[in-house]
Formats: sequence, structure tokens, C-alpha cells
Amino acid sequence: MAETKPLNRGFGRVLVFIYGVFALSASARAGVQIGTKFHEAPLAYSLSALAALVYIVATVALARSSAASRRVALAAVGFELVGVLAVGTVSLLDAGAFPDATVWSDFGQGYGYVPLVLPFVGLFWLWRTSRREPVAEATAPRD
Amino acid sequence: MIGPLAVATHVLSLALAAWAFVEFFRQREPSRALFAGVWGVEALVLVQVVVLAVKLAGGQHPAGGDLVTLIGYLLTAALLPPAGIVLARMEPTKWGSLLIGAAAVIVPVLILRLGQIWNG
Repeated sequence: MAETKPLNRGFGRVLVFIYGVFALSASARAGVQIGTKFHEAPLAYSLSALAALVYIVATVALARSSAASRRVALAAVGFELVGVLAVGTVSLLDAGAFPDATVWSDFGQGYGYVPLVLPFVGLFWLWRTSRREPVAEATAPRD
Repeated sequence: MIGPLAVATHVLSLALAAWAFVEFFRQREPSRALFAGVWGVEALVLVQVVVLAVKLAGGQHPAGGDLVTLIGYLLTAALLPPAGIVLARMEPTKWGSLLIGAAAVIVPVLILRLGQIWNG
């Protein structure tokens, strides 16, 4: 789609980096939890793995920046938003459901609330880059 | 031994982050000096890796967490600055400066967690 701005340039490159860091740290955390003590809290650790997967998909989709990966990124970032809100709410209401922390517990408090802010920034960037540029619109009739 | 080294990493990395953010707000692409600063942070992190490897080889153990988590944080901290450099080189705009600033903020967080895992 020539009229949309690339997802992975400018601020998008910063976003790919941040998502990459979260993909790595969430995967490492899930790996350790599942590898060493899965039976202690199967639900929390499964959610850790799910969160890690979502961050990996979002990172790759944002970095690839094709029309198809834009839809994948939207789905992943949207899922991330729902995930952090749902897990954050449940972990506060019913602490017993999550005996050990996931990235999304307490709205990502353990990660400086970045997991809560990140999907909003991601959605904003997807929206911002999907708009046609005013210059392109102005020159379109002449083409 | 992890103490002074961690403090040095925090100071250098956060100073670098402040500098990178100033460059970003002045609409400047990352300079060679800024990249050199990231390599400086990386050097300190690598010294940390060696120090902890020697301590582990000497029979010491992390007091506040398991060994796998410690190694995970060490690897992440060591890989983060080079990854930031690669991406910032691909982005020779003000956004490259912001990216280096972000990397330089994350490294102290990782070193902080590393200290918590090691010292308990």
C-alpha cells in the first residue's frame, strides 16, 4: 500500500526495539517459569507464555511492515491491550488466581507500567501510519 | 564487587540516556560520540558478566533467585546495547537518538534486577 507510511521507520523503529525487549524478557521469564515450576501455577505461567508469544508476533509484524503484517500487528497489539487490562484487573481483584507474577499482573507494575502504556502507543502508531499523507492526497489527481 | 561496578553502569547509562534525549529533542541524529557512549555501557556490562562468571566459577551462588534467571538477565543486558546500536544505525534520524535513549534507560533496570538476584 503505497499511500500508507511504513510501520518500521522513524518512531516505528523505536517501537520495534521496545517490543523486541519485551518479547525477549517475557519469553525468558515464561521459559524459566514453565521449565522449573510449571505445576506451581499453571494458569499464570501459561499466561506468561501467551504474553511472550503476543510480544514476539507484534515485534515481527511491526518490523516487517507489509500490508498483511499491519493486520497481524493490529491483532497482536489489540490482544495485548485486552490481555494487560484483563490480567491486570483479575490479578488485583483475586490475587490468589496469580500466585506468581506475569508481565501483565497488576497492569504491568513490575515493568514500570510499560506493558500497560505500550499497546496504546502501538495502536496510535498503527493508526498514525495508516492515514494517507496530505501530500500524497494533493498530488493524487495529477497522477 | 558488584556494587561499584553497578553504580558506574547506572551513572554512565543514565547520563547517556539524558544526552540521547537532549539530542532527540534537538532533532539530531545520533552522533559518533553517542554510539561510542553505548559501547562504553556495553563494556561495563561485559565486565559485569566476567565478574559474575568468575564468582560463579569460584562456587558462589545468587542469593535472591535462581541461576537460570541470573544468566537470562546477564545475556539480555549484554545483548541490549549492541541491538540498540544496530537499530539506531538503521535509523539515522532523531528517532535513532530516542532509540539509544530507550536502550540506555533499560540497561540500568536490568543491572538493578541483576543486583537483586545476586545479593538477595
